Amino acid sequence: MDDLITQITAHYNYWMVIILMMIGLYITISRGNLIKKIVGLNIFQTSVFMFYISMGKVTGGTAPILTGNPDEVYSNPLPHVLILTAIVVGIATTSLALALAVRIREAYGTIEEDELLTIERDAEAAEDKI
Amino acid sequence: MPQFIAQHLPILQVIVPLIAAPFCALISVRNGAWWLAFVTSLVTFAISVLLFAATFDGEIISYHLGGWAPPIGIEYRVDMLNAFVLTIVSGTGVLTLLYARASVAHEVDAKQHGLFYTAFVLCLTGLLGVTITGDAFNVFVFLEISSLATYAIVASGAKTDRRALTAAYNYLIMGTIGATFFVIGLGLLYMITGTLNMADLAQRLLEHGDSRTLRMGYAFILVGLGLKLAMFPLHQWLPNAYTYAPSAVSAFLSATATKVAIYVLLRFLFSVFGFSIPFEADILFLVVLPLALAGSLIGAYIATYQDNLKRLLAYSSISQIGAMLIGVSMLSASGLMAAIIHLFNHAVTKASLYMVAGAYAKEAGTVSIRELRGVGRDMPFTTAAFVVGGMSLIGIPLTVGFISKWYLVEAALMRGWWPVVIVIVVSSLIALIYVGKFIEAAYMHPAPQGIIRREAPLTMLIPMWIFAGLSLFFGINSSLTSEAAARAAQGLVAASSLIWQ
Repeated sequence: MDDLITQITAHYNYWMVIILMMIGLYITISRGNLIKKIVGLNIFQTSVFMFYISMGKVTGGTAPILTGNPDEVYSNPLPHVLILTAIVVGIATTSLALALAVRIREAYGTIEEDELLTIERDAEAAEDKI
Repeated sequence: MPQFIAQHLPILQVIVPLIAAPFCALISVRNGAWWLAFVTSLVTFAISVLLFAATFDGEIISYHLGGWAPPIGIEYRVDMLNAFVLTIVSGTGVLTLLYARASVAHEVDAKQHGLFYTAFVLCLTGLLGVTITGDAFNVFVFLEISSLATYAIVASGAKTDRRALTAAYNYLIMGTIGATFFVIGLGLLYMITGTLNMADLAQRLLEHGDSRTLRMGYAFILVGLGLKLAMFPLHQWLPNAYTYAPSAVSAFLSATATKVAIYVLLRFLFSVFGFSIPFEADILFLVVLPLALAGSLIGAYIATYQDNLKRLLAYSSISQIGAMLIGVSMLSASGLMAAIIHLFNHAVTKASLYMVAGAYAKEAGTVSIRELRGVGRDMPFTTAAFVVGGMSLIGIPLTVGFISKWYLVEAALMRGWWPVVIVIVVSSLIALIYVGKFIEAAYMHPAPQGIIRREAPLTMLIPMWIFAGLSLFFGINSSLTSEAAARAAQGLVAASSLIWQ
């Protein structure tokens, strides 16, 4: 029992990452509303940001600032820098997805996936009749 | 050429289109955006030809960004395989842009042209960057630059058909999940090794040996790239995206985007993971090979039922991607060579075929096979290009398709994989059905009444026939491509730690 508890608590950050990741992925796949899908995608990406950030943590380490003390223990800054780039990519993706959702609303009058599928199926059936 | 430029060729390959892209949106002169994009693509093509020539005798160019030596700094590393893929991408860029002028004028609103070419050049930048870089995280960044630009240019097909918007949206969701999986995999590799330089990663992974983290990293990267390269059954985004995108975009993407993703897969499998643990080779054999076989059959099978010519070609792409993955998962130098040569051959063939579809869309106003009855008489040159490309898809001798099928079958026989040979032959026979279906409609049936169709303009015919001509030329004399593919395969084999039979 103690083993199990240490197993869980020692990997606390990974559990959180996995839970967030699964929530995000589930929303992206299961929701029919295009905006909700984007929100799900955001949660999914955020879990990866957390994964990278917690990865760089060194126990007892401070912020990676040059203090002049050669024995200073500091956290690994590289994953943080990497994830800054990934956050920028995530923002670009979100804004593009939202812009597409706006255009889809203008063109179809709905952002519900099932209604979009019905409209597209009808369009395909109409093409087949020609 | 000045020494200064020669030294900095690898970075110029990426920087030139990256800087040119925003100016495409700012130029307000009529057709100015197109001219700038076209000139940019010519420059990038010249650079990649120079790099190709420099690496052809086996030399590896290592360029250190900002003078920081790897593994701390970012390294651009050009070898035979890179240079080969760079040439394919930038060459396709030049020809599709030449083609795009007439085609895009028809399919995209005039006021969007500046932004369209901006996104197009950004997409080119991303694809070139993915190919040239030797840094694993850089691959992700460039992959996303190219993907985001791709979603935008796919959506710009909305003037012709609003379904382009939903296609782009679905592509965005799937593509982002793929890219995020790739980043998770990279994170796991970084946890093990503490480095992101590919050569350094390979070295440290070899010393590291087996662990669950490594296996997870491998799985995430494989699935992420599988989504990006439309590996069956992760291909759901591809048919709609290629069908509703503007034709020039379909031609460009089919020849470059999935090919670059396959390149990244090869680079990671052989140069980074290097099969240092048996698990990696097992997954390739147990998971990727069956999926590739299924994809090459099912993709071809679904293609036979399509009435929309562009959708037919999209499903055919899925089948051909399956063929490339079969070559990769053979894990032999000859299988790898077959995959790499097919990468070039399929790029050339599919680009010409999509250009044909675009010419129909412009001149006949439709890509429905039924409505294109008798088009062979009205648009003889365009339809003849389709016949050449179609023969190459089937793999008839004297076309490039035959060359790649030949090497693929030969590689399968060398491993004694008879069932694989049968699958390759059967999928070629199914290709005969779907190509034959269109050719029959185009030549054997009378045209529907009251429809006037003119031959496509020269700016569309020339790039179309350059691709068709290439697929004949390299089908007759394949010494250059097979030599390049063989050397690229040798390079990958030498980098991995597989023991070859």
